[in-house]
Amino acid sequence: MSDMRYVVPRTLDEAVGAFAEAKGAARILAGGTDLLVQMRAGAVRPGLVIDIKKIAELTGIEETADGGFRIGGAVAGARLAEHPRFGKVWPGLLEAINLIGSTQVQGRASAGGNLCNGSPAADSVPAMVAAGAVATLQGPKGRREMPVEDVPAGPGRTNLQPGEILVGFILPPRPLGSGDAYLRMIPRTEMDIAVVGCGVNLTLKDGVCTAARVGLGAVAPTVLRVDAAAKALIGSRLDAAALDAAAAACRAACHPIDDKRGTIAYRTEVAGVLLKRAAGIAADRAKGA
Amino acid sequence: MAKLHISATVNGEPTEFLCEPDETMLDVLRGPLGLTGSKEGCGSGDCGACSITLDGRLVCSCLMLAAEAEGADIRTIEGMAEGDTLHPLQRKFLEMAALQCGICTPGMLVAAKALLDRNPDPSESEVRYWLAGNLCRCTGYDKIVRAVLETAAEMREAVR
Amino acid sequence: MNEMTNKWIGRRTIRPDGAEKVTGRAAFAADTTMPGMIWGKLLRSPHPHAHIRAINTAKAEALTGVKAVVTARDIVDFPVDKSVMLGIQDMRWMCRNVMAREKALFHGHPIAAVAATTAEIAAEACKLIEVDYEVLPWAIEIDDALKPDAPILHDFIRFEGKPSNIAGKLEHKLGDIAEGFAKADVIVERTFTTRPVHQGYIEPQACLVSVTADGKATIWSSSQGHFMVRAMTSMLTGLPQSSIRAIPAEIGGGFGGKTIIYLEPVATMLAKKSGRPVKMVMTREEVMRATGPTSASKSTVKIGATKDGRIVAAQGAFYLQAGALPGSPIRGSAGCAFAPYNIPNVLSQGFDVVCNRSKVTAYRAPGAPIGAYPVECVLDEIAEKLGIDPLDLRLKNIAKEGTKAAHGPVYPRIGFAETVAAARAHPHYQAPLGPHQGRGVASGFWFNAGGESSAQVNITEDGNVVVTTGHPDIGGSRASIANITAELLGIDYRRVSVLIGDTASIGFSNLTGGSRALFASSMVVTQSIEKVIATLRERAAQIWQIDPEAVTWAEGAAHPAGKNAGNFPPLTLAEIAAKASATGGPIGAGVQLNTTGAEGGFATHICDVEVDLELGIVRVVRFTAFQDAGRAIHPSYVEGQMQGGVAQGIGWALNEEYIYNAKGQVDNPSFLDYRMPVCSDLPMIDTVIVEVPNPKHPQGVRGVGEASIVPPLAAISNAVHNALGKRFYALPISPPKVLAALKTTA
Repeated sequence: MSDMRYVVPRTLDEAVGAFAEAKGAARILAGGTDLLVQMRAGAVRPGLVIDIKKIAELTGIEETADGGFRIGGAVAGARLAEHPRFGKVWPGLLEAINLIGSTQVQGRASAGGNLCNGSPAADSVPAMVAAGAVATLQGPKGRREMPVEDVPAGPGRTNLQPGEILVGFILPPRPLGSGDAYLRMIPRTEMDIAVVGCGVNLTLKDGVCTAARVGLGAVAPTVLRVDAAAKALIGSRLDAAALDAAAAACRAACHPIDDKRGTIAYRTEVAGVLLKRAAGIAADRAKGA
Repeated sequence: MAKLHISATVNGEPTEFLCEPDETMLDVLRGPLGLTGSKEGCGSGDCGACSITLDGRLVCSCLMLAAEAEGADIRTIEGMAEGDTLHPLQRKFLEMAALQCGICTPGMLVAAKALLDRNPDPSESEVRYWLAGNLCRCTGYDKIVRAVLETAAEMREAVR
Repeated sequence: MNEMTNKWIGRRTIRPDGAEKVTGRAAFAADTTMPGMIWGKLLRSPHPHAHIRAINTAKAEALTGVKAVVTARDIVDFPVDKSVMLGIQDMRWMCRNVMAREKALFHGHPIAAVAATTAEIAAEACKLIEVDYEVLPWAIEIDDALKPDAPILHDFIRFEGKPSNIAGKLEHKLGDIAEGFAKADVIVERTFTTRPVHQGYIEPQACLVSVTADGKATIWSSSQGHFMVRAMTSMLTGLPQSSIRAIPAEIGGGFGGKTIIYLEPVATMLAKKSGRPVKMVMTREEVMRATGPTSASKSTVKIGATKDGRIVAAQGAFYLQAGALPGSPIRGSAGCAFAPYNIPNVLSQGFDVVCNRSKVTAYRAPGAPIGAYPVECVLDEIAEKLGIDPLDLRLKNIAKEGTKAAHGPVYPRIGFAETVAAARAHPHYQAPLGPHQGRGVASGFWFNAGGESSAQVNITEDGNVVVTTGHPDIGGSRASIANITAELLGIDYRRVSVLIGDTASIGFSNLTGGSRALFASSMVVTQSIEKVIATLRERAAQIWQIDPEAVTWAEGAAHPAGKNAGNFPPLTLAEIAAKASATGGPIGAGVQLNTTGAEGGFATHICDVEVDLELGIVRVVRFTAFQDAGRAIHPSYVEGQMQGGVAQGIGWALNEEYIYNAKGQVDNPSFLDYRMPVCSDLPMIDTVIVEVPNPKHPQGVRGVGEASIVPPLAAISNAVHNALGKRFYALPISPPKVLAALKTTA
C-alpha cells in the first residue's frame, strides 16, 4: 500500500497552500514524464503529488495585446504545437519544446516541467533563455517573476523558494525582423537527451544584427546564457568572422563533464558548431519575418 | 492511504476502478481492468509499448498516474477494432507482415492511428518521426512504415 | 518443390497468430495471472565481485506478506569440477548464473529471492536480507581481465597451467599459414574492438509458476524453447521433467537472449515453498544489468593475398568477453570469420575471457558478427591496396560447393556466390553518392542448425487441419508452416491451424535458435503430412475398394491413379474425414526427428552512409541486403528477418554499447541511454532474396534468421572509410570518435 497522496487542486492558491504545507515532501505533477520515471526508479518518494493540470492559469496559451505570449506552466508541448500563432512567432522555441521526448511524451510534457526538473540538458530551456522568457512564480509569499536563466541552480535543483510553483512563462513581443532557432546534438535522430543544445534568438535590421541572445544546454551544471556569443553577433552582418567569434565564445563558456552521453572535448567542439548553425537558421527566419 | 476511486471512459465504456495514488495507468489497465494489450517494455516512456490515447492524445500509460484518468476518455489497443472488423491499420499490418514477435504491435498501432487521425497524408519522414517513440527490435521498421503509408493511402481513397 | 506451380509456398499469406497480435489479445509472458498469485522479486548484488560469506533472511521472512524466501541453497548445485551439459549450456555455470553461490560475480547477480503478496512487499523484503560480502577487486574489460595481476574470477580456471581468466580456447586450422603468408604480395594485419551489445528484445523476461502440493509444476513463460525451460528448471530444482509442464507464452523478441532462463527455477522454488502461484517480471533495468548481452571483443586479423587478389593465408585471434561465467561464442567468431572464402591456409583462434559482468547469452548468429567484422574490414583494405573492386575480391576467393572450410565442413551446394553476384549487378552498387557519403560492402556466414523437432498433424472431423509443433514462433514460423501444409495437402491455407504445443502435448523440440525453427519443423511437418496423405489414400482406397497404390492425392482430394484404378469422383479431405471413424479411426500423424542438413547461410550487404563532418554523426542512408534463403516459404517473413538483422547490425556499428561506471556497474541500463535504432534513424532496408535451394531439405529451406546481422558491422565501417578516407577499428563508430578522427586529419 502506498503512503503517497494525490490531489488535484482547482485553483493556484489551493495548490500553493498544499505545496507549502507539505514542506518539501510534495512534488508538482504537470506532464509527469520526468516525475513518474523518478518515482519508479525510487529517486523520489513524494508524500504528496499535486496535479496542476486542472488549474486554468497553468494550462492556458494567450497572445497578449502587445504581441507577447503567456504560456501556462503545465501546457503540453503538443498543445503548443497546435496553437495557430505560437509557432509562427517563436518557431525555434516551439521546436525546442517539441524536441522533449517522443510523440507520446509530447502529449504530456510541459516547458514548465522541463525547467523545474533542473536538467542542464533540458531542451526547452536554452531556447527559453535565448527568447528572453520570464518565469512567473507563485508561492506562499505571493507572486514574482524571474528570468528563465535564473531558475536552474544546478543539476536537479532550482532557485524556486519552498512552496513556490511555476505558473507560466511570459514571452516578450517580437520586434520586426526577429527569428529564433534551437538545435541539439543527439547520437540518434530522436529519443535521446541532448549532448549539447543551443538556442539563438536574434533581430536583424537591414542585414545587421541589432539584438541577440544565446542559450547553451548540457555544457555546464545549468543552462547558460552566453552573452559573449550574443555580443559577437550584435552589430555584425552574421559574417563568418562574427559567427566564428560567437562560436568561440560558446566554446569558452562550456565547462561540461565527461559522461555516458558525451565527452568534454566533444561537447565543447559541438557547442560552437550548433551556435553557427542555429544562428544561420534564426537569421533566415528573421529575414523571412 | 485509502485507494482512490476513479471514473473514466475506457474504450467507450464507462469504467470505474480503484487504484493506489502512485499506481500508473498501465498498471491499472493490465491489472484490475485486464487490458493486457498495453505492454510494459521499459516503464520509463522510452519504448512506447504501453501507448494509449488520453482524451484523444497519444501518451505512454506508464508515464501517467491512474488517478489522472478521472473523467477522461481512454482508448487502448483493445478498442481499436470495431466488433469483428479490424481497423484498416490492423488489417494492413497483417497483410504486409508489419509485425514479427508482436510485442510492440499494440503500441505501434495505437500510435499510428493517432497519427492518421491527425494527418491523413503523412510523408515517410513524418511517419518515422511520429513513431520514433515506439521501439521495434524485430522489423527494422521497414514494413511498419510501409504499412502505415499504405493504410493512409487506402483510407484517403476510401473517403473519396 | 520450387516450380512456379506452387500455390502456397512463396505466398504472402496472413499469419495464423496475426489477428490476436494486432488486437492486443495475444498472451505474452507477463500477461497471464492466476487466482491466489503472489509476486517474486530478486535481491541482486550491489558489487561487481565479492565473496558471499553469509546471508541472513530472517528479517525478510518475518515481514508481513512475505510467503517464501529462496537462496542458492534451494537451487541444485552442480559442483565446478564436473561438467554437466544441457545442449551447449554447462549446468555448473547455469546454476551459478541463476543464483550466486560462493561469489557474486557481477553487479546485479541474483543473491536471493522473495515471494510476497505484492511486488512492493517483495521488494521491501529484499532490502531486509542481510548479506555479508567480502568485496573483491574486479575486472570487466578484456584487457583488464588479461593483465598479469588481474583479479581472478574462478580459482578452478587454469590457462597454460596458471590461474587465468581465459576459460577456454578454440582453434580451427587449415594448411600452413607461415607458408601461405610467404606467398603473399600484400599482407594487412589489424586489431579491432567491439563493445557489448544487448539483444534488446522489448519484452522483459517474465514467468508465472504454479506448483501443486504433489509437486507438479506448471510454468507459463516466454522463451526460445519451452523444452529448455522444462529441462533447465528440472535440473535446477530437482523436480523430474515429467512433473513440469512448460507452456510457451507468445515471445516478445529473443534474438538468442531467451535461449537460457533466469527466473523460472527461482519462481518454481518460491511457488513450491509458498504453496502459491508466483509471478516474476524483470524490469528493463534488470534485463540490461543481468541478462545477456553479447561479448565485447578484441580481435587481431591478418590476411595475405597475391597481386591478382588470391587470398593465400588468413589468421585471426578473437578474444571475447564471456562475462561472469565461461561460455562466450568463440565458436561463432573463430568459425564464421573466414567461412565465406576459399582460403588454403587458415589459423583461427578464439579465447573465452571471464570478467565481472553479466554472463553472455546468445545474440543472433552468436559470435559471427564479431568474427566477420575484422575480416571483412581487412578484406576492404586489401581490395583498396590491390585496386580490386571489393565484391570482385570476394568473388575471386568465394567459397562454393566442394570448398573445405577451416571450421570443418566441405560445402555442398551453397548460394553465397549468387548473393555477391546479385549485389554486384544491383543498381544500388552503381548509384551515385552525394557529398560526404560513402559506400561499403561486406559478406557474412552463419552455420545454421538442425536438431530435434517434433510435429503432429491432425485432420479434424470436419476435414480441416491442425498442425502442432514444439518451437516458439519468434518471427512468423507458424505462417510458413501453414503455407507448407496447405501446399502439401492441396488445400487453402486458411483451413490450417498452426499451434505451438506445450511440453505435455508435443514431443521434444529443441530451441528456436540457430536459424533452425522453420528448417527443422518443416521437415517433421512434411514427413507427418506424407504419413497423413498415405492414410488418406488408404481410406479412399477402402471406400472405393481398390488398392491404395491406385490412389493419388492432389488438390486436396483423393483421385483414382488412372483409368485402370476405376472411375470414381474425387474424395475430398472433408469427405474422407467424415468417414474416418468408419474407415479405421481418426486421421493424424506425428514425426520426431533429429534433423540434419541445415547447411550454411550467406549474406552480402551494400550500405551507404552520410557523415556530418562537423558533428561526427554517421547516418545510414541506403541499405540493400542480399541473402540466400534456399527457398523463401513466406517471403515477407524472410525479408523481415533480413531487415531486422540489418537494423540490429546498424545499432551495433553506430550507437549501441554497454557503458560501465567507475564502480563496475552498467551506466546505461535503459532504452534512453542504450541507444537502439529508432524509426527515424533508419532508411527503408531493401532486400533481395536469393534462392539456391538447400538440397538436403524437402522444400529447399535454409535458415535465414541470423546471417543478416553478420555483414553490417563491416559494411558500415567500410562505408565510413569510403566517405571519409579514414578507417575505424573500434565500434561503435560514435560521433565523438568520428569527430576526433576528423580533427586529427585536419
